[in-house]
Amino acid sequence: MRHTISVLVTNEFGVLSRISGLFSGRGFNIESLSVAETLDSRISRMTIVTSGDDKVLEQINKQLNKLVNVIKVYDFTDEEHIERELALIKVTCNADSRAEILSIVDIFRAKVVDVSPRSYTVEITGDEEKIGAITELLRPFGIKEIVRTGRIAMARSPKQK
Amino acid sequence: METKKNGAEVFIECLLKEGVDTIFGFPGGAVLPVYDALYDSKLNHILVRHEQGAVHMADGYARATGRPGVVLVTSGPGATNTVTGIATAYMDSVPLVVFTGQVPTALIGNDAFQEADIVGITRPCTKHNYLVKDIKDLQRIIKEAFYIATTGRPGPVLVDLPKDVLNAPCELKYPDKVHIESYQPNYKGHPGQIKKAMDFILSAKRPVVYAGGGVILSNAAEELKNFTTKLNIPATTTLMGLGGFPGTHPLFMGMLGMHGTYCANMAVMNTDCLIAIGARFDDRVTGKIDEFAQYAGIVHIDIDPTSISKNVKVDIPIVGDVRDVLKEMIKLIPAQKDLKAYKDGLKGWHGQLKLWNDTHQLSYKFEPKGKIKPQYVIEKLFEATKGDAIVTTEVGQNQMWAAQFFKYDRPRTFITSGGLGTMGFGFPAAIGAQIACPDSTVIGIAGDGSIQMNIQELATAVQYKLPLKIAILNNMVLGMVRQWQEFFYNKRYSHTCVSVAPDFVKLAEAYGAVGLRAKTPAEVEGVIKEAMAVKDRPVIMDFKVDPAECVYPMVPAGQPLNKMLLV
Repeated sequence: MRHTISVLVTNEFGVLSRISGLFSGRGFNIESLSVAETLDSRISRMTIVTSGDDKVLEQINKQLNKLVNVIKVYDFTDEEHIERELALIKVTCNADSRAEILSIVDIFRAKVVDVSPRSYTVEITGDEEKIGAITELLRPFGIKEIVRTGRIAMARSPKQK
Repeated sequence: METKKNGAEVFIECLLKEGVDTIFGFPGGAVLPVYDALYDSKLNHILVRHEQGAVHMADGYARATGRPGVVLVTSGPGATNTVTGIATAYMDSVPLVVFTGQVPTALIGNDAFQEADIVGITRPCTKHNYLVKDIKDLQRIIKEAFYIATTGRPGPVLVDLPKDVLNAPCELKYPDKVHIESYQPNYKGHPGQIKKAMDFILSAKRPVVYAGGGVILSNAAEELKNFTTKLNIPATTTLMGLGGFPGTHPLFMGMLGMHGTYCANMAVMNTDCLIAIGARFDDRVTGKIDEFAQYAGIVHIDIDPTSISKNVKVDIPIVGDVRDVLKEMIKLIPAQKDLKAYKDGLKGWHGQLKLWNDTHQLSYKFEPKGKIKPQYVIEKLFEATKGDAIVTTEVGQNQMWAAQFFKYDRPRTFITSGGLGTMGFGFPAAIGAQIACPDSTVIGIAGDGSIQMNIQELATAVQYKLPLKIAILNNMVLGMVRQWQEFFYNKRYSHTCVSVAPDFVKLAEAYGAVGLRAKTPAEVEGVIKEAMAVKDRPVIMDFKVDPAECVYPMVPAGQPLNKMLLV
């Protein structure tokens, strides 16, 4: 099963390599990984999408916690949470297809962020399904390039007062 | 005018403040500032002949005393030579702090002379490591390194010291305390879990204690003995746990696992309550994992949460220091008068264990007129020392016979590379143990293959006049690999014959040590006696043993523990 894990780490050089080394050394899978500073500049947050059965996930959680630079590990899987990813998609266009592409962009509330005579670059934000869906719709026009940030996640605030 | 100290001088001061009395090292360009500072220092430095030797010596020192072993080497090859030693210590949770010289910070990444990214190389085999980029961080990092190495589940920590940092002006300000927000080891076991475990243990009919190296690391041998004897529970230990429970105690069943005793393995396969204490369910212990202790509820005490339910699903985990947890468990043992029903309930189990014990015991065929049996040598070493010795081993048959036929009553008297299985470990580890315990008898049990992997350290042992005894069980083959070839590879002895070897007696003499040889069983005791009388230099005893001898029992890899090959 797929899990989105958030890892708070000390913001030092070499930490990313400790984490990625742990995953590769122990045969854990990384589907995506994104890293940036938190509000506190001494701390970074890594969001890792991984997969495995309960036993593997338990080990991932424990092994991450064992690293001296890891402050906290949080698995979002069983929590209400929001996941987002950003993708830039460069799609081929011509006079015939421009309008149709723009209408797809509009439907997905995406944005065209760069235009050339033969291409649009589309910026789309959303969860994995949404990005997958727009990719499939744009694919017939000819996707030249796609860049994705990898997933980030945040727990939803409690609904009751 | 007062001259300010430099980083190297302050480094030495920090070690002294940390209580370090001995370091093991080898000089080189990048680390020269420290060697220059050592020239005027009272810190005891042992000059080794190869950096791998330095790490194994520090490891032997640490295992014999419980204090961290300290290593100092130069950059590049000096640093890379430490890797096997560090990985060895990491697998067996030995506290080490390894200091490596590094090229000046301005040159890092430039493929400078003797540059290696040792922090990158050792990341997966250290508990933690550091590159000191700025002199202002030096003292904090040294403090943290010792703290991390010795607390929680111990392990090796490496600190990389660029030459310009060592030369930078610096004032001694060694911190007294450490605060690492992201590293806070937990020692106290959860009281609810402890209670639950005790209730379960007291309801068991066929309990077994399975103790590992964690008992020794946490200095819990006394508590373990107390707990086990009060409840009359039979005990087995792993290779790493030998000495953690008295080897001559009536409740001790011997080691378990691939070369464990028949009784210990049968007990584990049939127990209804397995109490794993500071052990990690290694594949050499469990055999086929699905059938390991399959009738048992498992209690597991370990300081490292990652050890719990890693290989075997555990029913009652207790994360905490083994000693702390055992103390709490002992408090929950009812008074002896209330234990009568419980103890009566164990009678059948003890009867069964006796049957297994009578069925098969560790043995070998002694032939007075034949070749020397390696097991006989170990027994005679045990008799000659009455067990009052620190034994180190290499890896392979010599290691297993040393585990089986020498009885270890006290912790920290059996020193072996259990996890990584490093040939070449035992001899330098014996040097480290002898330096740590100058008044103890230290015996390095070796094979003729392993001993040659770090034989250069004989010069170190001679230089420091160490009276350690090396017993080579010389069968002229790489015995354990040969044994596997005999059993599982149709006797195709591919590259396991090492009969082209030095004359170990002459070799010892060439280094300035004493060399002795026994070719027949009748000569064994005389050689041991002569060796024990030497007090001012190392002795190599070359025992020409029977090359056909194999280690039994043996559980073939991947088989359940009750499928033992017996003699």
